[in-house]
Amino acid sequence: MTYATVASRVSGLLLSALLILPLAVSAEEEEAENLPFSDLTMTEPERHVSATEECVAPEAEMRRNHMKFILHQRDETMHRGIRTRRHSLEECVNCHAAKNDQGEYIPVNAENQFCSSCHTYAAVNIDCFQCHATKPVRASSLDGRSASAPHPSAGPGNEPHPFLVSEGNAQ
Amino acid sequence: MSDTSNRIDSSRRAFLNKAGAAAGAAAIAPGVFLTTPAVARPADQPVTSDKRWGILVDTNKCASNCDACVTACKDENGWGSTEHHSSQEQQSQWIRKVEIRNKSTGFVATLPLMCQHCEHPPCVDVCPTGASFKRADGIVLVDKHICIGCRYCMMACPYKARSFIHEDLEDQLPWAPRGKGTVESCTMCVQRVDNDGTPACVEACSAENHNALVFGDLNDENSEISRELARAESIELRADLALNTGVRYRGI
Repeated sequence: MTYATVASRVSGLLLSALLILPLAVSAEEEEAENLPFSDLTMTEPERHVSATEECVAPEAEMRRNHMKFILHQRDETMHRGIRTRRHSLEECVNCHAAKNDQGEYIPVNAENQFCSSCHTYAAVNIDCFQCHATKPVRASSLDGRSASAPHPSAGPGNEPHPFLVSEGNAQ
Repeated sequence: MSDTSNRIDSSRRAFLNKAGAAAGAAAIAPGVFLTTPAVARPADQPVTSDKRWGILVDTNKCASNCDACVTACKDENGWGSTEHHSSQEQQSQWIRKVEIRNKSTGFVATLPLMCQHCEHPPCVDVCPTGASFKRADGIVLVDKHICIGCRYCMMACPYKARSFIHEDLEDQLPWAPRGKGTVESCTMCVQRVDNDGTPACVEACSAENHNALVFGDLNDENSEISRELARAESIELRADLALNTGVRYRGI
């Protein structure tokens, strides 16, 4: 292909882009008043948190870094036999699994439960529970956790979850 | 009450330490101690090659009609009757009872067969992702996080010790995660060993009063298994492969 043909094709493309652009802008203006999903209502998920015990790290840090903690712990435990409980996935499940009306544990990856609710919202697929237990099986052996300070988001009068504020306030 | 009441008398403690060491050394020879300090590994410390875990199977004591070790392994690790769509050949088998017969004499022996926890494991050699690995303390494991389910390790294992999970599973145990598309095998109950425990099969065999299985540290010459191995002959299965297995057999 010669230089002349390439140049003529590129200029042709630029010309067509210039012609289409005004149409696209006007379409965007029309859509602005009726955004898709603007009538979406959100359901408060089952976020089971302890009323008496703190999580192993502040909520904001857990929300951002929990995957790093459990990924690190995963390799430490698997390859080096380090079995501290602080960042153990089993302890996450022990604390965050909710019970149903019959007092039976609901899997943490069931719809609207602790893990799945956020992950569905963030459209992040987790495959932890293809292999790992989704319900508590044995009692927690987590130590070094203070039982005095309540979990920041526990209790009936707590503020709404930051992820669940209305769309207008979302940043 | 004065503060001095709780203070440790350091000179007395130093004396006791020296006295204890002297007593131990005097028992056999200089530098050789009858007992090594049994200190449990803290949970935040990694395993080291100071220990090498092994099992001795005495087939003379293994009862032909008993499969307590297999049942205990199933209960502990949650395999067996968990796969409902897989054929008999496809279902997981971490440990199985094998019957061997001497054709010339007709003598029949039974033995449990599982991962032999080789020092030079062929499964680790062939693994393309590094999922099949040997821990510092000699336990051979599959890291299912990075296992791609290629099953080369199953082909490479001379003991047919590994299984592949063909279907989705539910209600796994927290200490023994297992799932579709990955390979698994005997872990020497690593979750128990890391907490100073004994593998479930060994415990079950003792509970049946057969005592055909002895578990312990092969590097510790004073452990029960080392003393037992030094006392009488034992063999590796397929010793010709020079894999230096952690599981050894006697009576076959």
